[in-house]
Amino acid sequence: MRAFLFYVVSILVGGLFFAFARWLGNDYLFFAGYTVLQFIVLATAWNILGGYCGYVNFGSAAFFAVGAYASVAMHKLAAGVDRYFPESVAGLAKLILPLNIPTLIILGGIMSGLVGLGTGYLTLRLRGAFFAIATLALAVVLQTLIINWDFVGGSRGAYIIRPSEVPILGSYIQYLFLVMLVLSVVALATARIIEQSRLGYGFATIRDDEIAAEACGVPTLRLKLIATTISGALMGMAGAPFPYYIGYLEPSSAFGLAYAVNSIAMPMIGGTTSWVGPLVGALLLGTLQQVATVTISSAVNLLIVGLLLVGFVIVAPKGIIGLVQDFMRERTSDKGQPTWRSRLAIFANMRPGAR
Amino acid sequence: MAELLLHVDNLSKRFGGFVALDGINLSVQAGERVGLIGPNGSGKSTLVNCMCGTLRNETGTVRFDGRIVDGLAANQRTHRGMARSFQLPRPFHTLSVAENLRIPLLFTAHSRSGRHLTREETESRCHELAGLVGLAAKANKLPRDLTQVEMRKLELARAMAADPKLLIADEAMAGLSQSEVTDIVDLLIKLNERGVTIILIEHIMRAVMSFSQRLVVLVSGKKIADGAPDQVVNTREVIGAYLGE
Repeated sequence: MRAFLFYVVSILVGGLFFAFARWLGNDYLFFAGYTVLQFIVLATAWNILGGYCGYVNFGSAAFFAVGAYASVAMHKLAAGVDRYFPESVAGLAKLILPLNIPTLIILGGIMSGLVGLGTGYLTLRLRGAFFAIATLALAVVLQTLIINWDFVGGSRGAYIIRPSEVPILGSYIQYLFLVMLVLSVVALATARIIEQSRLGYGFATIRDDEIAAEACGVPTLRLKLIATTISGALMGMAGAPFPYYIGYLEPSSAFGLAYAVNSIAMPMIGGTTSWVGPLVGALLLGTLQQVATVTISSAVNLLIVGLLLVGFVIVAPKGIIGLVQDFMRERTSDKGQPTWRSRLAIFANMRPGAR
Repeated sequence: MAELLLHVDNLSKRFGGFVALDGINLSVQAGERVGLIGPNGSGKSTLVNCMCGTLRNETGTVRFDGRIVDGLAANQRTHRGMARSFQLPRPFHTLSVAENLRIPLLFTAHSRSGRHLTREETESRCHELAGLVGLAAKANKLPRDLTQVEMRKLELARAMAADPKLLIADEAMAGLSQSEVTDIVDLLIKLNERGVTIILIEHIMRAVMSFSQRLVVLVSGKKIADGAPDQVVNTREVIGAYLGE
């Protein structure tokens, strides 16, 4: 029932925004909305590892870029079918290529998931700051590899010429927006399902005390690998449509600092223990950044994030969700009857124990 | 003679140049109640950590339930039926008391019984366990709302939740009042009557003496005595270790 409600509400909200933007007839809303949705996916993905398991990932940009460059590679492959394939296969390849966006998202997810699995495997024994440093190093290594990979444009970057129109919807950016909307619902649903399952409890024990978790029979090693894989895969999925959105992709933009910083700041500001946190954080920060880009300057974006992060760490270390939770805990039930507050708390998965 | 449940053979552990355990041999039969005592720093907890896989021992083997468990991760040993409580309580501090108890139910009791407990069964078992150690009223509280003593009870209940064949209680009674100690000892004896083998590490001699069928004494990483409690506490080495020569 609660799950059903979740899907109905999220599809309704997304559909309403889509209809509203179409009614206004302003494509900029779709451009801005896409970025916000992309950050919802990134923040949710980061939170699966960072919030649930307590492993801070500073290399979000690397996973994002792996997804994006998987798309670029497929695009280049499609553009040069005759050059890269023998004649016998070329005909078949032309049938499949160029891949559509949903397929690219799945492919990007697989590539990034594999990178996540590898990272998890290599850094299993690292905790705290050391794990964070290792993920940062991963981003640097991957960026160097991409810069030296000519096929995807190297340091010059790659131009992706996207189709100007799609059937039914018309505008391509509206199509991309819809795809990202579906992806963010998928990401949020994944986070929600994890929270309510055995996996979510396992992740929480890893965050709290790994040695005690082992003694209780929690296979911490396996769970950590699952977390890094899911988290990485979702980030890659967020990155896969990016070259088609931006039109020109270079390593410094795909590996940009903004992705790493935002993916950490958004869940931290929203709250890390529930799937609602990254959603709220991404909506708030993402929208704020888009507004600042139009009204002030795009350079001020990271400054806003930084200031807000500092502010929240001092004033509300549990994020917005933590503040709301404290407010709701005061009256979770009125004479044994559930109130709207307790219903909301249950809907948002806020267990009494959650941080 | 009953079959051996646990057999530790020539187990040694060093921390740098410090020899924490030196060639320990220990056998525990299925269904036995064993007390393990020794002065502070004698290696009792290190021995538990090595047996349960939290620490890796350099030499020696641990055989549990007929199988050598060396090299197995701690969670795999828990699945085989070894459960322990920690000397310094290590609750999952963002989970409530009931949820703390649910973790071993979800991850260990589940997989070993070969059948998944339903949500209701898990729920009622959580509250039953909380009730056993007197934490029923605090089932929905966070560990930070518990006293140190209550945390020890939670520690013990969480080890019991794993439905173990061998339960190792590492100083579960420190700080408890006389009547509480009696309660916990009764609880452990009741558990033992249901077929759970128990190793009790404790400083409270009254509890150890009333509980143990056999007493093992560790001093400076060496086992100096192993036998019936009345005889062991009267041997010269043991008195010497506790009171000085």
